[in-house]
Amino acid sequence: MGMTITEKILARASGAATVAPGDVAVVDVDTAVLLDLSFLPEGWREVLKVHDPSRIAIIFDHLVPAATVQAATCHKTGREFAAKFGIARLHDVGPDQGISHAVIADRAYALPGKVLVNADSHTCAGGAFNCAARGVGGPDMLWAVTTGTAWFRVGETIRYDFTGALRPGVTAKDLFLHIAGTYGAHVNQNVEYGGPGMSGLSINARRTLATMGAELSAEFTIFEPDDTLIDYVRARNDRPFEPVWPDADATYRERRTIDLGTLQPLVALPDAVVNQSVPVGQVAGTKIDQAFIGSCANGTLDDLEIAARVVRGRKVARGTRFIVTPGTQAIFRAALRAGYIETLLEAGAVVTPATCGACIGGHMGVLGPDEVCITASTRNFKGRMGDPSARIYMASPATVAASALAGKIAGAEEVFA
Amino acid sequence: MSGARVWCFGDNINTDLILPGPYLYRSPEEQARAVFQANRPGWVDQVAQGDAIIGGFNFGMGSSRPAARSLRLCGVGFVLAETINGLFFRNSVNYGLLACECPGVAAAFTEGDTAELSLADWTVRNTRSGHVLAVTPVPAQLLTIMQSGGIYPLMEARGLIAARGG
Ligand code: SF4
Repeated sequence: MGMTITEKILARASGAATVAPGDVAVVDVDTAVLLDLSFLPEGWREVLKVHDPSRIAIIFDHLVPAATVQAATCHKTGREFAAKFGIARLHDVGPDQGISHAVIADRAYALPGKVLVNADSHTCAGGAFNCAARGVGGPDMLWAVTTGTAWFRVGETIRYDFTGALRPGVTAKDLFLHIAGTYGAHVNQNVEYGGPGMSGLSINARRTLATMGAELSAEFTIFEPDDTLIDYVRARNDRPFEPVWPDADATYRERRTIDLGTLQPLVALPDAVVNQSVPVGQVAGTKIDQAFIGSCANGTLDDLEIAARVVRGRKVARGTRFIVTPGTQAIFRAALRAGYIETLLEAGAVVTPATCGACIGGHMGVLGPDEVCITASTRNFKGRMGDPSARIYMASPATVAASALAGKIAGAEEVFA
Repeated sequence: MSGARVWCFGDNINTDLILPGPYLYRSPEEQARAVFQANRPGWVDQVAQGDAIIGGFNFGMGSSRPAARSLRLCGVGFVLAETINGLFFRNSVNYGLLACECPGVAAAFTEGDTAELSLADWTVRNTRSGHVLAVTPVPAQLLTIMQSGGIYPLMEARGLIAARGG
């Protein structure tokens, strides 16, 4: 019986010939990523030995730059831990700063065919790189760091085959909203993306889609590899890897085909991500107080490019705040060189340093009571970005940028006509 | 196993409800006092040691925060749900909260019923209706961790992390 991509990676990493749904696989972890939140005093425990410092990366992201003494204390503990065990991959506040999943992508820490864990639910972002990457809990992280292993329950896999190509102005976020709106949650299931239309999606588009797998409640969200991916990874990480394709006779719970050319821009209504997608037109005209583009899902260079294209030569509506947060400082610099940052600033956007910030209602863009926001980030849960009475709509960066200009929810069609 | 008083919750109970964001940076005990404050204020004063939570689909959806620890600290003896979110399940194992999937459980129980869970034959019985349901077995190696107080004692015993008093 053939295996899916996830099954093949988990089998290889656990030294088994095969694994199947229902099994528990105990696997070797190739990369374990700790965040600033990992070092919160309530969760962190003094580590006496680490398995292999070269397999650990530390990335400060939720609390950068520190806005509180508690945040500064987390960072201090993290730096001391890195120094004590000689962990070279420390992404501190500074030029290497960024949201962990975006840093992992920039540096290709997530390797094809390998296993990566991180104590954050959007770790599935690494699935864009054909990596079995999964968010785990704080205790799992300590276990992975000290033993080099992790366990996974093997779930069934849903396979999506893409055909055709996205129309101009329709983005990977719209593709995600289509999947979330049509098929809902994928609890205990893996998601596998491939098909002839996949290679037309940029690496950044795949990152958006893989990252949003957390909102499907999927176990692993993983893409087939192709030459574009393999070249991308080789250029950034010199460690060996072996990409994994599914067996021709792999067993899927279900196979679904999506013609990318038929998709349109969508918006998720407030308070939940799945089963909430409607065409932009259905909510167009809804007045907004804030528009946000950022997060591990939509802080890529593609996202900043499309936002700049929409606002070029125009102005953000008076009374509307437009906040843009690049995923990493490296993306910020690339966007600066390409002129996107200047275009955004000229239009009236506030561009912040790379951080989780507004996405988690932390800092630099928190919502007040009864405010309305349209966001290109990961979650629109009640209270997610600030006061619980705020209403959060979620859409693509193109739709968010067009809404910032209009001061109300609006589509970006005319820019792409 | 003796009977447990049942508290019923619906589908998609998320980690923000179990462990609200503003409490993320507080002590575990303070976090446990905030459980379900948005959807069932006062519940933490009513729940007693060993009570059971019955959930619907995707129980514990959301983030990696230690929501399972909060339920355990509230006194919850076990959680049975139609489906349990994978990340919440991991945290249940690691913090020593017994959490199992049980198709049909949401319809089979009403709040205030008594549930008798048997891990010997993986069944749960509603003492009011007499109805017996099959519980999906948790793999043996994970059940062992769940029932022995989670993963921290294991790491301490192996000398991987320093012991913490209390
Ligand atoms: S950007 Fe948002 S979703 Fe992504 S890791 Fe940070 S808080 Fe989580």
